Amino acid sequence: MKALAGIPILGALGIQVFRQTNYDSKHDIQEEIIRELGLEDLMNVIKPIRHQQGDLIRLGIAGSGSRGIQLASALGFIEKSRFDKTVGNGSLDAQITEGNLNVAITGICDVFDLHAEQGLATAAHDIHTGGEFASGHPVKRYRHYHDMLDDPNIDAIIVSTPDHHHAQMTIDAIQAGKHVYCEKSLIHREDEIYTTYETVKNSDLVFQLGHQYPQTAAFQVAQEILKRKWLGKISHVETTTNRNSPNGAWIRHVDSEGNIKPGNAQNIDWKQWLGKAPEVPFSIRRYYSWARYFDYDTILFGQLFSHEFDAVNQLLHMGIPKTVVSSGGQYTYKEFGDMPDVLNTVFEYPEKELTLTYSANLTSSKSRGRTIYGQDAAMKVGGTLSVVPDGSSKQFADLLERGLVSSDSPMMELLQGSNSASIVDAVSSATAQYYASRGLTSTSIGGQSWDVTHLHLKEWLDCIRDGGTPIGNIEKAYEESVVIAMADISYRENCRCEWDPDARRIKRIK
Amino acid sequence: MEYPSRQLKWQQGVLVALRFLIGWHILYEGLYKLIHPEWSALAFLANAQGFLSGTAEWIISNAGVLSTVDALNTWGLIAIGLGLILGLFTGPASLAGCALLLGYYLFSPPFIGLGAGGPVEGNYLLINKTLIEAVALLYLAVTPLSRRYGLDMLRSKYRTQTASNDK
Repeated sequence: MKALAGIPILGALGIQVFRQTNYDSKHDIQEEIIRELGLEDLMNVIKPIRHQQGDLIRLGIAGSGSRGIQLASALGFIEKSRFDKTVGNGSLDAQITEGNLNVAITGICDVFDLHAEQGLATAAHDIHTGGEFASGHPVKRYRHYHDMLDDPNIDAIIVSTPDHHHAQMTIDAIQAGKHVYCEKSLIHREDEIYTTYETVKNSDLVFQLGHQYPQTAAFQVAQEILKRKWLGKISHVETTTNRNSPNGAWIRHVDSEGNIKPGNAQNIDWKQWLGKAPEVPFSIRRYYSWARYFDYDTILFGQLFSHEFDAVNQLLHMGIPKTVVSSGGQYTYKEFGDMPDVLNTVFEYPEKELTLTYSANLTSSKSRGRTIYGQDAAMKVGGTLSVVPDGSSKQFADLLERGLVSSDSPMMELLQGSNSASIVDAVSSATAQYYASRGLTSTSIGGQSWDVTHLHLKEWLDCIRDGGTPIGNIEKAYEESVVIAMADISYRENCRCEWDPDARRIKRIK
Repeated sequence: MEYPSRQLKWQQGVLVALRFLIGWHILYEGLYKLIHPEWSALAFLANAQGFLSGTAEWIISNAGVLSTVDALNTWGLIAIGLGLILGLFTGPASLAGCALLLGYYLFSPPFIGLGAGGPVEGNYLLINKTLIEAVALLYLAVTPLSRRYGLDMLRSKYRTQTASNDK
């Protein structure tokens, strides 16, 4: 009998385990929240990536600097030596196995010989064919973009030049019968908005503006949450930028070791680079750090606010505000250029009973995110997504009272898949991490990590082949261009800007 | 010699109680993981510190290895827990339990300079409860008295009988 002493102990444990399990199933808060909020099918809104190829599309890239090379990489073209280093970390797995877009980069146009050579080497290495030219289409360098537009062997153009060329190049490309993927921002000055819009609108070619955020899983879930009206009445949308490095402030003419980057008046076609901008002698600062100058950019508005606006405008369809006021100053990076370090802009939408704010700080990397404030809940949307109920919410009053949710912590969170975490680890700079936190680099869909730029380019190519309108279409680009121009004018000219919807023009109010 | 035998009885009682208590703890740890299939060693390993953190990272990064570790953990705990409560193969069960607990200890040791990997319910310097439980199991393994009140008694009785029959 003594030998069996453990049996009653085992029985007692069995009874206690049964009681505990029973208790847990009745008090499973997580289950109850899922049931109450209807979370079971929330993730079903994330559309799987459709694999479709269609006929070969031949692309020309105008501007093969760093962004041009990134776009080529998203299309599946990576210089051999860089590819050998990248492929090992798994970040390209989804793209290699399922992301063959069946395109060939047959044209490279850049005013800088070094960048053109990098573009040619990149276009020559198709990651899907292991280094052969895609379907036997060699790549050609053009010294002037008009020559590339005249080539009948190019079907579509990617514009990744400095911003002051975007509008004119888009107009010229559309007039030459080419589809256009244009990096943000579409415009530099107000007058460009209307001519570019008319040109694209009156063509049957496919235009896509380069914002990647709507391709993320977080965006799709955010859309569904808004559809379910979890947030209640929304009166304030807050967008921000937070960086703290010279690179993050677009001081980019020196490398990480402090050496001046290559390029001079002999190997850069400076006249073509300046385009319609005021004539100035060759300047390496202006060439690499152009975003800091009013002459070539709408400063922070075109660079980062454009992404912020696109994200919230695609979610809330707020369009053009009635008034815009900007204010800021250059307090830290005072050496050259016009870029403010701290910038605050308020966009009023009285008819929609809504205010959008943009607050940028280039001297502190404390993240403030992108938040939509409703009376019932606040939703933070970026690479991840979280919804925090408001303590005074009527919609969630019952859940709050029962202690099932709390205004201190998210009642729903979408985290990036573990795959995408490795991509963030693989990038080295604080600026790259900033982009990742905004959902501008990668997203996890169907258990795989995808480069969002790849998905955005794919949508454009799918529309070229099968018809349809991409998400970054000319209507959205028009709204964004007006908003950027209003904010930029307000800052540069120190005035309040008002939109005249009848005349479709910006009014300056001093 | 009444005194030593009474002392022996107490020692035996406490030892067996210790065996039951640790067995209960370990068996429930295993059953919990079995009942909650979403459980994984991932969170524990992700917080691993010290000289085994590299090994922990390797386990996490490899889905096949991680699921093997999860399964071994669950079934290992259940087997050890059953062994201790039933007093069946008490020696090997105690030793295996000791080794497993030492493993947990070494993946997250409370050494100087290594902060707690997560929320803590106590404060430890070099020694923590996991290490103490591991040593308690070692004590059970090296003390034959702990095998009383267990199925091992039947095993040894059967073995003695077989041996005497053979003679």
